[in-house]
Parts: sequence; C-alpha cells; structure tokens
Amino acid sequence: MAKHHVETTINGEPVEYLCETSQTLLDVLRDELGLTGSKEGCASGDCGACSVTIDGRLVCSCLVMGVEASGHKIETIEGMADGENLHPLQQKFLEQAALQCGICTPGVLVAAKSLLERNPDPTETEVRYWLAGNLCRCTGYDKIIRTVMDVAAEMRSS
Amino acid sequence: MAGGSTTTVGHSYPRMEGRAKVTGRAEYIYNMRLPSMLHAKVHRSPISHGRILSIDTSEASAMPGVHHVITGEDVKKVLPEPYYGPAFHDQPILALDKVRHFGEPVAVVLATDPHIAETAAQRIVVDYEELPAVFDEVEALTSDVIVHEELKPAGTFADLKHLAGKRDTNIALDYHLQHGDADKAFADAEHVFEHTFRTQQTMHTPFEPMVALADVRNDHATVYSSTQGPSFVRFELARLLGWPESNVRIKTAHLGGGFGAKVYVKVEALAMALSLIAHRPVRVALTMEEQFYTITKHPSTFRIQSAVDKDGKVIGRKCEVWWNGGAYADIGPRVTQKSGFTAAGPYDIDNVAIDSYALYTNRPPAGALRGFGIPQLVWAYESHTDIIARELGIDPIAFRKQNILRNGRPQAVGTIVKDGEFEAVLDGVAERMNWNRPFDKGSGTKLRGRGVGLGFKASISPTTSSAIVSVNADGSCIVYCSTVDMGQGSDTAMAQIASEVLDIPIEKIRVVNPDTDVTPYDMSTLGSRSTFHMGHAVRLAAGDARDKLHAMAEEVGMPEGSNAPLPELFIRKFGMRAGAIVGSANYIPEFSPPNYDTGQSTNATPFWMIGATGAEVEVDTETGQLTILRLVNVCDIGTPINPIVVETQISGAAVMQLGFTLTENMVIENGQLTNPSLADYKIPGFFDMPDTMENGYIDAVQENGPFGAKGAGESGTFGVSPAIANAIDDAVGVRISEMPITAEAVFRALREKQGKPLEEN
Repeated sequence: MAKHHVETTINGEPVEYLCETSQTLLDVLRDELGLTGSKEGCASGDCGACSVTIDGRLVCSCLVMGVEASGHKIETIEGMADGENLHPLQQKFLEQAALQCGICTPGVLVAAKSLLERNPDPTETEVRYWLAGNLCRCTGYDKIIRTVMDVAAEMRSS
Repeated sequence: MAGGSTTTVGHSYPRMEGRAKVTGRAEYIYNMRLPSMLHAKVHRSPISHGRILSIDTSEASAMPGVHHVITGEDVKKVLPEPYYGPAFHDQPILALDKVRHFGEPVAVVLATDPHIAETAAQRIVVDYEELPAVFDEVEALTSDVIVHEELKPAGTFADLKHLAGKRDTNIALDYHLQHGDADKAFADAEHVFEHTFRTQQTMHTPFEPMVALADVRNDHATVYSSTQGPSFVRFELARLLGWPESNVRIKTAHLGGGFGAKVYVKVEALAMALSLIAHRPVRVALTMEEQFYTITKHPSTFRIQSAVDKDGKVIGRKCEVWWNGGAYADIGPRVTQKSGFTAAGPYDIDNVAIDSYALYTNRPPAGALRGFGIPQLVWAYESHTDIIARELGIDPIAFRKQNILRNGRPQAVGTIVKDGEFEAVLDGVAERMNWNRPFDKGSGTKLRGRGVGLGFKASISPTTSSAIVSVNADGSCIVYCSTVDMGQGSDTAMAQIASEVLDIPIEKIRVVNPDTDVTPYDMSTLGSRSTFHMGHAVRLAAGDARDKLHAMAEEVGMPEGSNAPLPELFIRKFGMRAGAIVGSANYIPEFSPPNYDTGQSTNATPFWMIGATGAEVEVDTETGQLTILRLVNVCDIGTPINPIVVETQISGAAVMQLGFTLTENMVIENGQLTNPSLADYKIPGFFDMPDTMENGYIDAVQENGPFGAKGAGESGTFGVSPAIANAIDDAVGVRISEMPITAEAVFRALREKQGKPLEEN
C-alpha cells in the first residue's frame, strides 16, 4: 500500500513525512525523522518514555499513529531547550542528579513541563499523580519528585 | 578524605553525559542503524520442555520482504559448536534438538522491515514432542525431569571442573562451607529455630531493552551492543568463531539500564551468527516482553536454622539454599557460591554450615540482578533473625547488636573483617527512625509497625580492570576504560579520579565509551566492582601519566613546583603543540581462593558492602492492604567519589527492591508466563513510593579503596524486603515467608491467625 503523506509541526517547525499505516508516531519520530530523544521502552503505553505533547496534550507517542499527527502541533524533548539554554527542569534535573540511565528522562521532562504549564503550584501528591504514567527503573523517583517541586517554586518566584 | 585534601573526588558533580540525556541527544545502541542492515525477529518456543520434531519455514520464507529464515541447524553449519555461557557452555544460539524453557529462541526471520520480520516469525511452524517439565528448585533436586543430558562446564571456574560430563542431575553447582562445628553448637543450644523462606522469579526490565547490531565481514566482526561486559562478549564471540580476540570488536554507548541483565552474552552471539549467515549487518532488538524470556532473577528456597544460647547469643547457624537457575546456567553457579558464603548473615557466629545449590529447571534462565543473590539471602536471614528476637523477647536491634559482626573478627568464610561498619550502619537506621522513642502503633483496623533488615555482600574476586589515561598537548585528558556507564555515573567518577590525580579540571577530561579495539580489558561492569577496581586502575594509570609528566618537566628544565602550565611543557618538549603522554595500569586485588571442602579463605574479598533498611508500615486489617509510611536506607559505601550520584544509586536500589518485595512476580500458569509486560508485571511507579524516604550513608573510609571508596550500586537493596516483613509482623503479628508480599498474602495470613483461613485459589 502507498505511504501516507503527512504535514505537521514539530517543535515549532513545519515537517513533512511519508509513513506506513502501521507506523506509530514514535516510529516516525525515531526512524523517519531521526528524533531519537523520545524513547521506546515498552511500545505498549506502559512506561511513558515516549511522552510527547500534541496540541499541548500529553500522550504516549507509541499509542498514536504517525498519520494522526497531520495538522497538529507536536512537542518533543528536542524542542524543550532554547538553543543552548536548558529549560529550568532540564537544568535542575542535572544539578540534583534526578536522572541516571536517561531513558525515562525525556518523557519525564516532557510530562513535568506539561504539568507546570497547567499547574505552576502543584502539591507533591499532584506531582505524583501527573507523573504516574512515567516509569523509571533507576532513580527511585524521590529526587525526581523533589526536583519538580523545586523547579515549580523557582519558576513561580522568577 | 572527602572534601578535605581532595579537590575533585568527594565533591558532587553533575554527570558528564547529563546534558545529552536531558536534551534527548545521548547515544544509545538502541538508536543505531547500519547501512543495508536487516532486522531480526525471533520465533520462540511456546512450551517449556520438548523435542523439536520439525520446523516448517516455508510460509515465512515466501513472504515478500523476507531475506532469510534461520534455524539452529543453519547456525550449526557456520559455527559447529554454537553453545555459549560464562559458567557452562550449555546455551545454544538457537535451539538444537530440544527446547528447555518457554520463550526460548527457536528460529529467526531477517527482513529489511521489522514489521515484516515480526509477521513472518509468527508464520514459522514448529512441531514438538512435549516433555514433562520441572519449575521448582527443590523439586529439581530429585526430579526425574533432567534439563540437560550432560553437564558442560566452560572450564573457566575451578570449582565447576568436577561437574564435566556428569549426567542425570539438575545440580549445576554444589557449594559447601564449614566454619567451626555447627552440629555441636546445635547440640549445646538452649533454643533452636528453623524457618524456610522463598523468593519469586523477577526481571530487571531495563528500559533500553537488550539490543545488538552485528557486522561480520570475512575475518572481522564488529558488534555494537548494549552490554555491561564488552570484554567478556569479545572473549566469547572470538571463542565461538575460533578467531583471535583482535578480530572481534565490541562497542557500547550509554546503556539504558542494566542491573545485571546485560552482563555476559545475551543477544550478541545471535546477532553475530545471523550476520555471518546473511553477509549483511543485522540488528537484534528485543522487546520488553522478550527480555522476560532472556534473563531473570533467581527464585530461591532457603531453609535456615539457628542455635541460640541462654543469653541470646547465636552460637550456630545452618543454611541450605536452593537457587532456581532456569534452563541455562548463565552466571548462576557464581551466585550460588559468591552469595552462598554470606548466607549466615552479618553476625559473629562461631559455628556455621552452609550448603548452596544451583539448580537447572525449565524456567527462563536466571543470572545476575542487582545484589547477585544477596537480597534473597537477606530476606531469609533477617526475617529469621527478627523472629528469634521477638520469640526471646529481645528488642530486634539490641539482639542484632549483641550478635553483630565487627571489624577484626572472622566472617563465616574465614576472612577477618576490615572496614565493615555493620554496627554503624544499623545505628544509622535506628537513629533516623527514632527507634528508642515511642512509636504510634495505630488503632482499629489500621495498625502500624516497624522493622529493620541488615545485609552485606562480598565483592566478586579476583577480577581485573585495566585503564589508559592520555594527556593531550593542550593539557586536556582522555580516559580509556571498558567500564560501561549504564546510569550509575561511572564516567563521571572515573573523570573525577583522573582529575584528582593529574590536577586537571574535570571539564577538560573525556571518558571514552567502551570499544574493545580502543579501551583495554575490564572483567565487566557488575557487582558494584567498578568504583573500586576500575577506580584503582584509572588512579594508577593517571599516576603513571603524572610521573611521566614530571620526568618530562625535569628533562626540559622545568623544576618541580614551577607550576608551569601543561601546554607549555609539551611545547618545550616537542617544539610545538604536539605529542601525548600516556599512562596505563592493570589492577587486581589480593585474593586467596577458598578451600573446596570447607569453603574457608583467608582473603575472600577486597571489601564488604553493607546496607540496612528501616521500614514503618500500616496494615489495613480488613483488606491486608499495606502502606509504606517511611523507608530509611543507610549504607557503608566507604567515602563516596560523587556524593549526589551515590544518593540516587541508594534510592534507586531500594525502590527496585521494593518492587521485588511487594508487586513484581513472573506468574507462570500451565507452563506459560502470563504477565510479560509492564502493564501486568508491576514495577514501582510514582504512586508506589513510600510516603517518605531517606537515603544516606555513614562516614567511613575503605582503607584499600581508591580515595577511601568502595562499591555502592547494590547496597541499597539488601535490607528492604525483611524490613517490611518484620514491620508487618510488628504491626499485626503475622509472618510472611514468601515474596512478593501482596495484600492478598497479608490478608491470608491475618485470616490464618484468626483461625479462619481462606481457601487456596
């Protein structure tokens, strides 16, 4: 079957690609566009390592088909820093060692950014709730939670 | 040491590759693609034990886009002895004649499109004669079901040689330790206790699943692999090919987790064989599901007995441990022995007898998983120790302190303990938990309790690490070592050590990703050995380079203490910015092999890792539901190289073990694994975290360690499971002796205690 022609916006830039019906958005990002920041942990929507936003909504890109991106605005980890300037979440994750192997990190960062855009003053319980779709096997979560809380406070005061 | 006389070591640094990781630009093998590469998808056995009668590949081969369909017989044509394994050469690259566990690789489809390969793999038809299977480690001891017709030790381990050619047994290693006279101690005892504890089969679930890309040409093979042990993979592939190791190159990048899953050979031999057959590069990338069929953590059964005198002193302990190694031995026999000798716990017991057995069964293979058998042992001996304390009416911490192992005393293996701060670690937990203050035990249907667990581990020994440190003419530096950074922060630690020795700022130091053509030998990145072993090798190599720089300074007439910058020194010597000063070193710690009959050794380990956990729990007596209110983890890690990264290591280790304790369980029904996905196999998430958690380490110095450091990657796992079981007992007076500790298990135990037991499922 012929491939689908898709026009979309990724990290603010217009993008065109051809994809198979069977390809997920994650397949397209990683294999067709070379955006390997979104990770394939489970490919079944359980781990959240492939988290991106579509028109601001947080989704697992392994559960979205490539053709569905047509006409929407996709944000991935590659669009989070402003050039050389890291987003405060990225910066603080680094400083506070809230990451280890780094596979879950892009998804966690995308999800945390999405949380703080909606709720700049989350409680710890709200942070846990919002990030519950992102699994991490290395860090034990404790530092991630504290780092997101710290960044929220910092961003509110600045 | 830390922070005092040192300028880099002992200070917290963000990980060197951290910026690449938070921007999504870090290199992983999973991201790699090679020109004209084929994708491999594996057809796996649906049964646990059986003879392969026929394999029909015709329908799969006929699918458009399929390049090859390959079976074990095809592999045998290019590799006449296609069996691998670190302890036994027992694992075929693809099944030959028989399958021995569900999920075993039987055939492979190669295609340019992975989706086509996957569909075609499902169209392979295999006819089996199903055989009876054995799944339980204790049954495997006497079962008529024999997993391997003949044992084939690899020849690398002296204590396995006597098993060569042995038939009609599932025992892949029997290990025995005799310390003092255990029988006499039991005859003399005032009290005797006996309990049996069990653990379940679990999986590492690294989030970058195992992956290897092989590119085999004429007489040279390159394999890109997400492996923790590039040197071993090179050794094993070269052996399979009959080539010199220089003709086999293994390259890694950052690993997306390992936890022991990626040590020794996993998918590399298969990728190599497929590329050899297809004459093209081949990518073998497992799914999360497939990882469950590849390597797991040993289920275990542990019968433990203690002899206690009238004063509450433990005078004798007998331990029998059965390790369920699954269908292929992997490194299981080493788990049996290396963990085996600490089975009596961190106590000063004069009379100890240990029997530890590695068993073959028809489960997926079991190998190394964060702790290398230790968490299974601590679960048993710290539950048992707690029961004794409670039955004797002694405070559990006081009872432990009365019996605890101290520096200067022999551990059961016969080695005198040095730099093992058992008591300080236990005290560290007790203080953080305010153990001596009153504790709110709850009321009504919500009852609270608290408990502790203390465990320890010897380092795998003797093992070698090699390193090269090269100082560039501009005063920057490159460290070449085969330690794999899988998230533990080893690159940063090695850079800190080189920085400290050479007095070069860490920003000017680069640590090269392991590549066996470039980075020298290392035994493997496992068992919390890297900081100590590779840390020493890098320290010595940097020292070698520093000495050469000093000699060069003298030669060009720049006296010691002239403080001339390094670039100037190179210009003076070479007339321009040119040249390199290269230091190198091998490091192997001292070691005395254990006596085969008694297991005794005067120097069994270069250092001891110690970890303790305290837990406060709340049990809902109406449902058995368990809430972890507080988890306190304290370790003796010597003096940390990078404190902030070590804290995350302890936290991660503890939460991983929390999953193994409460929820994770590979459920096998009718010979099938029912839950090989993260949806059904429940690892901890943000919502499974304890309400509060504290992670720390005591002030300590490992005298023979690099800058006072020792391994820290596993210690946080040790005490978690028994601390929770002991806290449950404290809360509601029931004892759970089998993991995982589910709400159902607690509820059943509560009903049992009330004399109203629930029926079995």
